[in-house]
Amino acid sequence: MIRLSTHAYLAGVIAILLFITPSDYFDKHSDLSASNEMVEFSQPELRERYYNLIQELRCPKCQNQNLADSNAPISTDMKTQVHRMLEQQKSDAEIKAYLVSRYSEFVLYRPSVNQKTWFLWGSPAILLLIALLILYRHFYLRRISSNEAKEQSSTQLTDEQKLRLSTLLDEAKDRSGKDVYNSGDNPL
Amino acid sequence: MNKLAVFVPLALFLVLSVFLFKGLDRDPTELPSALVGEPFPEFFLPQLLASQFDSQPGSQPNSQPDPQPMLSKEDLIGQVVLVNVWATWCFACRIEHPMLNDLAKQGVKIVGLNYKDQRSEAIKWLEERGNPYLFNIFDAEGSLGFDLGVYGAPETYLVDAEGVVRQRRVGVVDQRVWDAQFRDLYQQLPKDAK
Repeated sequence: MIRLSTHAYLAGVIAILLFITPSDYFDKHSDLSASNEMVEFSQPELRERYYNLIQELRCPKCQNQNLADSNAPISTDMKTQVHRMLEQQKSDAEIKAYLVSRYSEFVLYRPSVNQKTWFLWGSPAILLLIALLILYRHFYLRRISSNEAKEQSSTQLTDEQKLRLSTLLDEAKDRSGKDVYNSGDNPL
Repeated sequence: MNKLAVFVPLALFLVLSVFLFKGLDRDPTELPSALVGEPFPEFFLPQLLASQFDSQPGSQPNSQPDPQPMLSKEDLIGQVVLVNVWATWCFACRIEHPMLNDLAKQGVKIVGLNYKDQRSEAIKWLEERGNPYLFNIFDAEGSLGFDLGVYGAPETYLVDAEGVVRQRRVGVVDQRVWDAQFRDLYQQLPKDAK
């Protein structure tokens, strides 16, 4: 009984942990109207890339705002720089690398997978595996124990058991006969 | 075996507690620095004060702003210096300034990076509060600040004689920070470039 409830409890804990993985926090809630400065671009597709980038880059000063949402002077500078580099035909990766080399990985809401971050990236999969393992064990063990219970409750007896049963019954008959005899010896 | 399984949640809880407890002491506004161990960025910017190059720390700065010789990374190399990012709009810089004056008196070489400031205000600041700087780089646009990854003044960088950043502090350098993060490093670094 204890074993089953422990597994259920563990599965619950892991389910909660799965739900609070950081990626959920980093959903982009902000809409584009929040960053309403008019930015001119020579090519229209640059504008889209610009908005994607400033949504995904984090303001170093304001902890949990992206560049699009932040009015801090530093994020204005960074937006200007993103704009400038886009116009210089730099790739998104180059722009990110440029900012990371100055402001560290902190500015990326989606950090790259490397030695430091593999556990962060892998933890949902690891936790899922653990949860599946626990669930598997939970149901597998229950099936085994219920099978055992079924076997025990069946009326089929092995030959050995039948033999033992008959000897036990015989013994009991003998003893009861003796008892009756003895009781007759000492009537109340 | 199964009795041990009962303690798994407790163990998980303890591990989580240790992480959360350690987290209490951490300052979330402190970012990992991308620049420590990297060369100080190149720059080409005017001086804040014209004749300051020759002045001794603590002396009265010359208030005539023109003409300003341009400064570059060459002016930093060859000596161990603290580069201090400051501005008159920065409140914490007010608190930090006496400490910088003290350090300069002890012979620590400090270069100022006047960040996104107004020249007249900055000059007045130095006249009123004393001038601990060997010279000041006047970065009105914040371009060098951007290359340094400055996100909150005051910031202080320890730059070795080769021009490599050795230590960075975002926020006020007080006696405690100096003792803990800078002093030993400053004394250990070779004073001249190889």
